[in-house]
Amino acid sequence: MHVRRAGWWWLPAAVLLLVGAAALGAMIGPAGTISSANWNIIWHIRLPRVVLAGIVGAMLSLAGASYQGVFRNPLVDPYLLGAAAGAGLGATVVFVFGNGVSSSWVVDPLPLAAFVGALVAVFVTYTVGASFGGSALSLVLAGVAVAALATAVQQYLLLRNSDVIKEVYSWISGRVSTATWHDVRLVLPYVVVSATVLLLHRRHLDVLRVGDEEAATLGSDVRRVRLVVVVAATLGTAAVVSVSGLIGFVGIMVPHLVRLLAGASYRAVLPLSLVVGAAFLILADIPGRVLEDGGETPIGVVTALLGAPMFIFVLRSRRVPA
Amino acid sequence: MSSLGFDQVAVRYGRRGALHAFTAHVGPGEWLCLIGPNGAGKTSALRAVVGLAPHTGTITVDGSPLFQRTARRRAALVAFVPQSPLMPDEMTGREYVLLGRNPYIGYFASETKHDRALVHDVLGRLDLAPFAERRLGSLSGGERQRLVIARAVAQEAPILLLDEPTSALDIGHQQQALELVDRLRREQGLTVVSAMHDLTLAGLYADRLVLLNEGYAVAGGTPAEVLRTETLSEFYGVSVTVMHSPDGTVAVVPRRGPGA
Repeated sequence: MHVRRAGWWWLPAAVLLLVGAAALGAMIGPAGTISSANWNIIWHIRLPRVVLAGIVGAMLSLAGASYQGVFRNPLVDPYLLGAAAGAGLGATVVFVFGNGVSSSWVVDPLPLAAFVGALVAVFVTYTVGASFGGSALSLVLAGVAVAALATAVQQYLLLRNSDVIKEVYSWISGRVSTATWHDVRLVLPYVVVSATVLLLHRRHLDVLRVGDEEAATLGSDVRRVRLVVVVAATLGTAAVVSVSGLIGFVGIMVPHLVRLLAGASYRAVLPLSLVVGAAFLILADIPGRVLEDGGETPIGVVTALLGAPMFIFVLRSRRVPA
Repeated sequence: MSSLGFDQVAVRYGRRGALHAFTAHVGPGEWLCLIGPNGAGKTSALRAVVGLAPHTGTITVDGSPLFQRTARRRAALVAFVPQSPLMPDEMTGREYVLLGRNPYIGYFASETKHDRALVHDVLGRLDLAPFAERRLGSLSGGERQRLVIARAVAQEAPILLLDEPTSALDIGHQQQALELVDRLRREQGLTVVSAMHDLTLAGLYADRLVLLNEGYAVAGGTPAEVLRTETLSEFYGVSVTVMHSPDGTVAVVPRRGPGA
């Protein structure tokens, strides 16, 4: 008999992991470990990036798990409906046209443009998808088209302005190395609202596991649930992308790991993805600081470089004798 | 106990009409079975009741129009067992049956103690307790089908709709599933409407049959009245022998060769 409980045992374990990761993240860096002389470095440089990495990892993982729930597909990530392509286009526009003005502006235009780009792209996707009936498939197809369009415009801009290609790619690869407390304050409200709404929908995501039609015969308003979850997940994703760039793979990998450990019920998957995602990105941020002398490896590169082999290893070890 | 009424109900998919001006009344505690060839409109009639097929005309429960109610209220009145339910491999039997409580749970609320106790009770009564913590992916077709029925029971709706409830089961499990529905009907006064292909089983369990053909109800009545050689050969295009047992049951046996 095969028994698997979605045990709450995992949640304290995950929180412990998160605390450990945060402590490690605060101690390791080019300036050495914790001492009173280093307090300024820790408070102003390391802690903001630990906190921001945690927020970004938590948000992307939670949004990924939620997207996987409403689209009933474990391979979906929070960028599915065009958020990444829209944010990338927004950032590219700032790099191309915003030269020189950014220092004199009251508001840094880069995160704003990325945020707006992501929201607009998903809004267009949702509107187009809804006009074709609003099923999960029509939304995904609309997302493919919108992402292709935004990427095409972005590539055209980059080819005409090849001097900014390096900056754009550095942004796209994702980083938390320049994080400040200001960044944390900027994204935190969005992330708190988004995460609260998503966590409140975890039971609805379990009902959706039996499909749109059966969920409807059980009295669920499937379209409303999908709309609310997509809006909340997109808001949080757009906020973190605007300060960290496009950090890939976390939103697929973390929910999947959580499912392997604690079962597929969204009541466990959502809160655990939040905590494990935070811990994972804090840890993934550490090697980048020490690998290169003087420089930094973008965190988006590290998540994929470390995450992909680890992911394959976990999948393999789980697959042997079922 | 509740009654279900169809008044001039029609279902269209684009330009194709799947069900035309269907009128029927299913009394409290009655079992009505819809029969007919593939594409006759059986499934469309059931899907109209649960809002999965857009319809015209009026569907009533206890005389009042069903679609003036919210989706949640409707789910508390009508439970639906689809032909091929989507059953996530990773979900446990208990989690699956608990979904039946969805119509009674507020938007931001979760299951109460009462919901969990009721599901525990349903699993026990339907002899499904051993499967409560098992994953659906590890269960057999018959066990899964009983869990789908258990989910419908947990829904506590007075009307139960079954779309081809036995099409994926062997003869023993077919009987087991239908006996279970019949027992629930007697114990809880459920009103049952099913769509079935197996005419002998339909005649064995239903009080009344309605034969649909190309979206029109062409015959209705007791099994003995509807399951007649001429009627079946006309609408199914087959030659059959209809055998009447002394106890009143009717068996439909196909014969080989073209024509009668």
